[in-house]
Amino acid sequence: MPSIEPSLDTLPKLLLHNARVFGDRTAMRQKDLGIWQAWTWAQMLEEIRAFSVGLAELGLKRGDKFTIIGANRPRLYWAMCAGQALGAVPVPVYADAVADEMAFVLAHAEVMLGVVEDQEQVDKVIAVSERLPHLHQLIYDEPRGLKDYDHSRLMAFSDVQSIGRKKLAADPDCQRRWEAGIAAGKGSDLSVILYTSGTTGRSKGVMLTFANTIISARNANAFDHLDENEEVIAYLPLAWVGDYIFSYVQAYTAGYCVNCPETPDTVVADRREIGTTYAFAPPRVYENVLTLTTVRMADAGVVKRKMFEFFIAHAGRWGEKILDGAKVPLGARFLYAIGNMFVYGPLMNQFGLSRLRVAYTAGEAIGPEIFRFWRGMGLNLKQLYGQTEASVYVTAQPDGQIYAETVGEASPDVEIKISDGGEVMFRSPGVFAGYYKDPERTAEVLTADGWVHTGDAGFFDPKTGQLRIIDRAKDVGRLKDGTVFAPKYIENKLKFFPNIREAVAVGAGRDFVCAMINIDLTAVGSWAERNNVAYASYQELAANPRVYDMIAGHVDEVNKSLAGEDIMSGAQIKRFLILHKELDPDDGELTRTQKLRRGHIIDRYAPLVEAFYNGATEAKIATEVTFEDGHKGVIAARLAIRDLKPYPASAAAMERAA
Amino acid sequence: MRAPSSREAALGEVVLAVEDVLLTFGGVRALAGVSFDIRKGEIRAIIGPNGAGKTSMLNVVNGFYQPDSGRITFKGEVRRSMRPYMAAHGGIARTFQNLALFRGMTTLDNILAGRTLKMHRGFFWQLLRYGPAMREEVENRRRVEEIIDFLEIAAIRKIPVGRLPYGLQKRVELGRALAMEPDLLLLDEPMAGMNLEEKEDMSRFIIDVNQQYGTTIALIEHDMGVVMDLSDRVVVLDYGRKIADAAPEDVKRDKNVIRAYLGEAYVGQD
Repeated sequence: MPSIEPSLDTLPKLLLHNARVFGDRTAMRQKDLGIWQAWTWAQMLEEIRAFSVGLAELGLKRGDKFTIIGANRPRLYWAMCAGQALGAVPVPVYADAVADEMAFVLAHAEVMLGVVEDQEQVDKVIAVSERLPHLHQLIYDEPRGLKDYDHSRLMAFSDVQSIGRKKLAADPDCQRRWEAGIAAGKGSDLSVILYTSGTTGRSKGVMLTFANTIISARNANAFDHLDENEEVIAYLPLAWVGDYIFSYVQAYTAGYCVNCPETPDTVVADRREIGTTYAFAPPRVYENVLTLTTVRMADAGVVKRKMFEFFIAHAGRWGEKILDGAKVPLGARFLYAIGNMFVYGPLMNQFGLSRLRVAYTAGEAIGPEIFRFWRGMGLNLKQLYGQTEASVYVTAQPDGQIYAETVGEASPDVEIKISDGGEVMFRSPGVFAGYYKDPERTAEVLTADGWVHTGDAGFFDPKTGQLRIIDRAKDVGRLKDGTVFAPKYIENKLKFFPNIREAVAVGAGRDFVCAMINIDLTAVGSWAERNNVAYASYQELAANPRVYDMIAGHVDEVNKSLAGEDIMSGAQIKRFLILHKELDPDDGELTRTQKLRRGHIIDRYAPLVEAFYNGATEAKIATEVTFEDGHKGVIAARLAIRDLKPYPASAAAMERAA
Repeated sequence: MRAPSSREAALGEVVLAVEDVLLTFGGVRALAGVSFDIRKGEIRAIIGPNGAGKTSMLNVVNGFYQPDSGRITFKGEVRRSMRPYMAAHGGIARTFQNLALFRGMTTLDNILAGRTLKMHRGFFWQLLRYGPAMREEVENRRRVEEIIDFLEIAAIRKIPVGRLPYGLQKRVELGRALAMEPDLLLLDEPMAGMNLEEKEDMSRFIIDVNQQYGTTIALIEHDMGVVMDLSDRVVVLDYGRKIADAAPEDVKRDKNVIRAYLGEAYVGQD
């Protein structure tokens, strides 16, 4: 096991260290009133120290849990470090969680203090406060709208800082004691509890120590040669391990600068102004940008459109080879350079990707088309595979060895094995310390000798030597006739079409495979506009027969591709329907990180599943929906079901079967 | 919901009073002797069926129309009528029922246009872009950015307003009115044509403007739910006459109001 020197084994220690070595370098920026405000490491230390001492005055002490709720704002990141300096443990919560989910986590973690962004979050916490006996203080960043609130247990962030500053000024020994408190922290101390939204059941609080996250972050920095010159933009949920590692721990270990966007809606413009060099995003971000580009190009003039199509095709053919430093004919290189001048460069610049050295996609499988598109454009897009329980990194792709289907080789210091049941298991210095107050479920996942069950089925690709993930291990089932049925594998193939946003494949224990589909409103909406299809709502567009025709075409292509794969050829989609509403985390259909909660969906849409298998051509469904403010309504619809002809399995697959 | 009793006590002196205002267009009596007042810090609603004279009333208040008779007292000064420039210099800002934005200009420029009265340096100073003119521009831009932040429209800062959806245009127009730092803000149907979510957002902004900046607000609105939730006092017009003037909950029960809105048959029912 690698070790870290005791002087740098906690994040507050790293803060003190960075303030010494990088004192004048910019540590954080936030756009406020249209202007980027910057803090150097030294200034950031002062801000965090003042807040931390203020927190201590309010009674926060070693071992206490406190929550952070809100968007990516410097003060919320500071609050994490300020609490950790006192030995308290931050428990960040998803800002878009509905009150009930929030109450569960806050009560389970026994948080006694909360640092939240604004009135909206204050209201949410107050609404559930009677379920939170431990909570006795809320601190808010944005005072707007909170003037008339009862301030007996509520305080502004800046007021806490002034308490701290006053204390520091009045008591000359205070700063020394604060630093002594930091020195008393150890790498093995609990540093954070991150609740995973989990695709099944209640969320679990993953406990990570300082050493877990710091070693993982350092390895990642070394793997991609990241140093204090990087610029990143923090826009992913604070409660997600990815953001915690990437916008906080990696920044502290490498000393790079983290930029907070002005609002969640301005990320693209803000990213463009900053020119980030390192990025981390779920596939849907890359998908959305591509969908947006394609939709806009469809509306562009003929010359622009032709030029776009020509050069994108050229990039698709040669771009990746040029990126990987392979041999490419001079003519193709020349044409690529011209394309770069007129298409790739401007497009990358438009989305703020020009300076990006390393971009990762993780969390879900990315469509090979999308992946190759970005790589063809010259973006060094790579895949990684990670888990909260691993402090993110399990595998990652090294520069130059990039494949669309794999997730890379074991990250530094990580051991991987495939269990007899085909499940991926790993052991690393980043392995979590257990689920908070849940030894039972900890024991299910973490073995005595330190291996973690990922719950994912996968194998090492013989061609590339890299890990390939097929599906969640427990989701891989069989049809009645014994054919292997990997729902996510099929769903991903469907989702790679821009018109399909989400798909749910059913078939375990049944005669054949069926699919429920969500259309993508941006892509299909734009198609509708160009094809004179009028619609008033998502529901109406989804039910349109011409939309059904289009989606049927996509499903047919998926079947064709499945027919060509020996183990999957029997799992072609025979029937499908388009759902009348978008799957939504507020209805429990997706997790907060946008993953399907398959079991819940199949229960909820049981009448539809039944209709699939009793031959009906139509199905009625009424579902309860939850609005953002928590009140509920019912959407009812009558959905058409389409049948498709499966393809015969390819010759190769037939031979093997015979 | 807002607590009326504590609000009642917080309301200040009368900022604007109209007395016995008569406005005719040919033979049509748009306003037939209407009197009411607006007190400092309140949200005052003007409601009534179509053609009741609500917009005419606002137009009289900010000087678009000259009443045939009557008196307008604004900040203690008694006038027979207002003029738009007097209203603007006196601190009255307004938004319009059918948007009046510069469609080709960005959100930022539209709101900056609302600061015209706060710019004092002449053309040549502005050309120099140096010294006092520069400082003034920086200060104005800062105020505009505060409004952009306040109304949560940072993402559309540099987009020409003609390309924005209707709900956002309404918000930009409110922003431009706020840029004047008005003492009295007149809103003509701020929620017209909006969906529920946009209405909720706009309601929240109106309350925030009132609370944070202490701006006195007079608004015309058709959505009764919105009026009841937002306003401190409601004046009801019908055919150019005032038929009620009271707190929202009293207005809701008022016989004359029910008759005007729903018809004779509903009077006396609950």
